[in-house]
Amino acid sequence: MPSGEPAVEVDGLVKRFGDVEAVRGIEFAVQPGEIFGFLGPNGAGKSTTISMLCTLLRPTAGTARVAGHDVVSERDRVRRNIGLVFQDPTLDGYLSGEQNLRFHAELYGMPRSATRERMRQVLEMVGLWDRRGDLVQTYSGGMKRRLEIARGLLHSPRVLFLDEPTVGLDPQTRSSIWDYIRRLRDAEQITIFLTTHYMDEAEHCDRIAIMDAGRIVALDTPEALKAGVGKDRVQIRTDDDEAAIAALKERFDVEAAVAEGAVTFAVASGEAFVPRLFAELGVPIRSVSVSRPSLDDVFMSFTGKTIRDAEASGADWMRMVARGRR
Amino acid sequence: MGVAVAPQAVRVPERSVRHDLRAVKIVLHRELIWFWRDRMRLVANLLQPLLWLLVMGTGLSTLMTSGPGPAGEVDLKTFIFPGVCATSVMFTALFSAGSIVWDREFGFLREMLVAPVSRTAIVVGKCLGGAVVATVQSVLVLALAGLVGVPYDPVLLAELLGLMFLTAFSLAAFGMLLAARIASMQSFFGIMQVGIMPMMFLSGALYPLNDLPAWLSVLTRFNPLTYAVDPLRHTVFSHLEVSPELRRAFDPGVTWNGWLVPVWLEVVLVVLTGLVLMAGAIAQFRRGD
Repeated sequence: MPSGEPAVEVDGLVKRFGDVEAVRGIEFAVQPGEIFGFLGPNGAGKSTTISMLCTLLRPTAGTARVAGHDVVSERDRVRRNIGLVFQDPTLDGYLSGEQNLRFHAELYGMPRSATRERMRQVLEMVGLWDRRGDLVQTYSGGMKRRLEIARGLLHSPRVLFLDEPTVGLDPQTRSSIWDYIRRLRDAEQITIFLTTHYMDEAEHCDRIAIMDAGRIVALDTPEALKAGVGKDRVQIRTDDDEAAIAALKERFDVEAAVAEGAVTFAVASGEAFVPRLFAELGVPIRSVSVSRPSLDDVFMSFTGKTIRDAEASGADWMRMVARGRR
Repeated sequence: MGVAVAPQAVRVPERSVRHDLRAVKIVLHRELIWFWRDRMRLVANLLQPLLWLLVMGTGLSTLMTSGPGPAGEVDLKTFIFPGVCATSVMFTALFSAGSIVWDREFGFLREMLVAPVSRTAIVVGKCLGGAVVATVQSVLVLALAGLVGVPYDPVLLAELLGLMFLTAFSLAAFGMLLAARIASMQSFFGIMQVGIMPMMFLSGALYPLNDLPAWLSVLTRFNPLTYAVDPLRHTVFSHLEVSPELRRAFDPGVTWNGWLVPVWLEVVLVVLTGLVLMAGAIAQFRRGD
């Protein structure tokens, strides 16, 4: 890859399944060495985008270059330079961990002289060197994911794609996988491109693109995105949510919505707003909480819904996409 | 957390024939590992040939020797032995190819399909893997030769193994073509059951193919397995000391409208069928690109 060229460069990328536009014309660039996160609810188009970048899906329109190669016209060159860890496992449970890696090395045509040492490196990195001889079906979920990460790194990819790398794992395993990811970037200077719908995980990224309904609605560092919201999040519990929302609109000119079972809205300085709220709302308040903007608020400020609420409608969206595929 | 990982980059070379051959080899190697892990299957697959030879063969041969007929010093067990060999190969090769359905169901197929390697290499590796596994299995079936009056002649055994390898290859290709569009192991087994029995009964595995009613005669001639069984039987009988009349009765060969199809042509037919089926399977797997 010529230096100075972005690790990933996307321009006007569109993917249509029948009548459904899963990705609706996106563009962005990822710099070498960056940890770049794709954030959004299920069904937002993250996995479709990653599949196009990995040469598994052909774009309907637009271009994408990965590690300096075009994903359509230079498919094999892209494949040689990327590592993939999918949402669903792709290991052979009847082979040992070591055999899974050896299979990968042969399939990628890695020089035999380098394979043994490289296998030891990646297995030690994910803490599976001692278990290398055991059948993969005896591994726990976290161990399997770590083995997949080790395998994705085996052939020294320039860009590592992680599609929901920590979904379904316990918090401890999740945090250790994040340790590996950061260590990797430092050790191998590789670019990491990941998707997640965990807000707290997105904080680990250098930059985040927020995706909703096939479009990128925001792209910046987590700090800049949060600062951009400029408002605190206030949640109140009341006996009559509808009346509270109407009163907020009428008396304070604040748009509120029910999210996570509470009336939620954003105001410039939350703490100062609370006393006025109690004095003027006119609807009994049972509890109140004020929080600094989180990425969830960023998401909400760009899409008008929390990521969890978006997931509910995301399920419908997925069904639509699935139908369009047939 | 102080594990120092030197950024020792491994270069993945441009695609080449050598690279594709390595891919073929590792896909084949994996089939062998699976086969070896699952030794129970090896033993279970032996049960059916044993039933055919020792139970069916013995039971029916008393019927034949008791009445007048050309049976003489050769009995039914010897006759159906080549057919049983072919059937055993068929089962093992088809189910070995079916593992691609398993791979799809459990995600491993994806690991193969995203590699910078041609899909042809993956399909060829799978077909050869099925062929090698079925040939290994057939060594065990050949070990039964002595029980049914077939001599342990090294030349004979080598010839039979070679023929069985070619048969197994074609059948593995057939299995791959079927498996290309099937999403679950259950439906694969279902389709196999529907296909295997007619193929077995419409080949010469269990009865000689001369003097059949026209409809049956035509059906057997369209069954590729017919051309796999006949060379096996021909090879067995050319190593037995039997009278010409008896040979005619037990090893009549396959005729097309009265013309005796030579054994070499039968072998060519088997291999050609295999190659065409494999090309079909490759086309199916490349379509997803």
